[in-house]
Amino acid sequence: MELVKRFKASYALVLVLLLVPIVFASNSYMIYSSGLVLLYIIMTMALNLLVGYGGQISIGHASFLAIGAFTSAILTLRLGLPFWLALPLSGFFTALIGFIVGLPAVKLSGHMLAVATLGFGAAVPELLLKWESVTGGTLGLTPDNPSIFGYEFDTDIKKYYLLAVITLLITWLIKNLLRGKIGRAFVAIRESEVSAAATGINVSLYKVLMFSISAFYTGIAGSLYAHFVGFISPHDFHISMSFLVLAMVIVGGTASIPGSYLGAILLAMIPQLTNHLPGVSFILTGISMVIIILFLPNGLIDIRKRGISRKRTRPGDGKAAVGTRQ
Amino acid sequence: MLAQQIVSGLAAGSLYALAALGLVLIYKTTDLVNFAHGEMAMITAFFSFTLLNSLGLGYIPAFLLTLVFAALFGILVEKIFMRPVRRAPILNQIILTLGLYMCFRGLAGQIWGFDLMAYPEAVPGQIIRLGSMVVTPNQIFIFGVTLALMILFFCLFRFTIIGLAMRAASQNMQTAEIMGIRIGSVFSATWAISTILGCVAGILIAPATFLYPNMMGEVIIKAFAAAVLGGFNSLPGAVIGGLLLGVLENLIAGYISAELKTSFLFFLIILILYIRPTGLLGTKQIKKV
Repeated sequence: MELVKRFKASYALVLVLLLVPIVFASNSYMIYSSGLVLLYIIMTMALNLLVGYGGQISIGHASFLAIGAFTSAILTLRLGLPFWLALPLSGFFTALIGFIVGLPAVKLSGHMLAVATLGFGAAVPELLLKWESVTGGTLGLTPDNPSIFGYEFDTDIKKYYLLAVITLLITWLIKNLLRGKIGRAFVAIRESEVSAAATGINVSLYKVLMFSISAFYTGIAGSLYAHFVGFISPHDFHISMSFLVLAMVIVGGTASIPGSYLGAILLAMIPQLTNHLPGVSFILTGISMVIIILFLPNGLIDIRKRGISRKRTRPGDGKAAVGTRQ
Repeated sequence: MLAQQIVSGLAAGSLYALAALGLVLIYKTTDLVNFAHGEMAMITAFFSFTLLNSLGLGYIPAFLLTLVFAALFGILVEKIFMRPVRRAPILNQIILTLGLYMCFRGLAGQIWGFDLMAYPEAVPGQIIRLGSMVVTPNQIFIFGVTLALMILFFCLFRFTIIGLAMRAASQNMQTAEIMGIRIGSVFSATWAISTILGCVAGILIAPATFLYPNMMGEVIIKAFAAAVLGGFNSLPGAVIGGLLLGVLENLIAGYISAELKTSFLFFLIILILYIRPTGLLGTKQIKKV
C-alpha cells in the first residue's frame, strides 16, 4: 500500500511538471517563472539536506548558487567548454568550495555557524563584483542557451523541460541518498552528535560531506540558472536570496522533500505576485517564516501528516534542529 | 598617513563596536544571536527621523523619545516573538530572527521608502587638525559614547543585581528560575536594553551611511565580525573587536587594496572561529549533552 502511494505521488509529480507548459501555453512569462520555480526547488532540496536532515545551518547559500553560475558561465564563455560538461564541472567546483566552507563547521554549530555562513554569503557577491576582469563586474556575463550534443534548448519551453528533467533526476538522487547510509548518518548527527559518534559515525567527515553535497546540487542549480536566464550579475545573488531559500526550507517543511517543493513553489510566487512592491514581498516572506516557526515548526507539509496519521512520526519531530538543549 | 589611517579606523571601528554591543548583550543573556538587530536599529533611526522632520522636535527631545520607543519596541519583540521560542531549538530561533529581519526591512521600505535620506550628525562642527591628522568632533563623540556605554554595561553586568540575574539566566534558565529570578522580566529587560543600544548605534551611524532601509546592511556584518573577533560573550571584547576591525580594515584599504575589505572580513571571521572560537576576550561555553 505504501509503495502504491509512493508511486502515485511520484507519477503525479512527473505529470504536473510536464503539464505546466501545456497549461501556460500562451504565456511565455509564466513558463519562464515556472522554470525559476524549478531552480528554487533544487536549491531548497539542497539546503534542506543540510538544514533539515543534517541539522546544520547555512544562511549564505546563495553564494554557492553564484559560484556555480559564474563557474559555468566562465567555463562556457571563456574556455569554450560545452554546456553538458560545464554543468557537472560547476557542480564539482562548488562542492569543493562547500568542502572548504564546511571545514570550520566541524568545530562550529548553531549561532556561530550561522554567523560564519552569513559572512560567506556577504563576501562572495562582493568578491565577484570586484573581480571584474573575470566576472564582468556589474555588467555581469551573458551565457548561451544550454545545448546538449548540438541540440540547442533555445525556447523557454525547451529550457523548461530540460530543467524539469534535471529537477526530477536530482529529486530521485537526493531521495536515494537519504535512504542510504549517508542520509542515516546525517539524521543521526542532527539528533545528537555525541551519540552519532558513539555509534561509529565519523561526525567531522559527514559534516564536511553534508556541506559538499549540498553545495554540489546548489552549484548545479547555479549553472542551470546561468544558462536558463541568460544573464548573471553578482547583484543577483544578494544575501536576501539566501534568506529566501532558507525561508522556503522552513515554510515547506524541514527534513521533507515534498515540503521543499511546497515551500519553493509558494514563496517563489510572492515576488511574482507583488512585483511592483519590493517591500511587500519582503514582509510576506518574513511573516511566513515567523508564523511557521511560531505555530508550525515542522512546516506546512506537517498539516497533512497531522491530519492523517499519528503512527509514524519523522525522526526528531518537534526537536529537529541543531545543538542540544535542556 | 599611518596615523591618519589608524584614526579613521578607530572612528569607523567605534560604529561597528556600537552595533556589536547590543548583539553581544543579547547573546550573553539569552544565548541567541539576533540577526534582526541591525534592522531594529534602522527602524528606531527612522522613528527619530520622523520626530525630527515631521514633528519638528529638537535633536535631544527626539533622541530621548526614540530611546523610549526603542525600549518598548525591544520588549514587544521579545514578548510576542522570542518568548514562545525561548526553549525551542537554536535553528528555530535563528530562523525567527531572520524572519523578523525581512519583516522590518520590508516594513521600513513601505513606510519610509527606499530613498537615501540625510540624517543630522550628533555633534556638528568643523574638522579638527592634530598635526597631520584630521578628526571631526562627531567622530570623537561617537568614540566616547561607545567607550562609555561599554563601561556602563560592563559594570551593570558585573556589579548590579540585575546583572547578576542576567548572568544567572544565561547560565541555566531553570536553576535561575528556581532561585527566584523572573526569567521573563530579565529577558524583556535585556531586549529593551539591547534595542536601546541598537538605537543609539543607528542614530549615530545614520549620518555616515545615510538613512535608508539597507543602512545597517554592511555595518551589521562588520558588527558580527567584531563580536566574533572580540568574543561573542564579552562586552569589552565587542568594543576591542570593533575598533581593531576598523583599524585593520583601513590599513588594508590603504596599503593593500580597498576592494578586498569585505572578503578579508569573511576570512577573518572564518579564521577566528576556526582557530579560537571564543575570540580574543570571550570565555568558553561548555555544551551540555
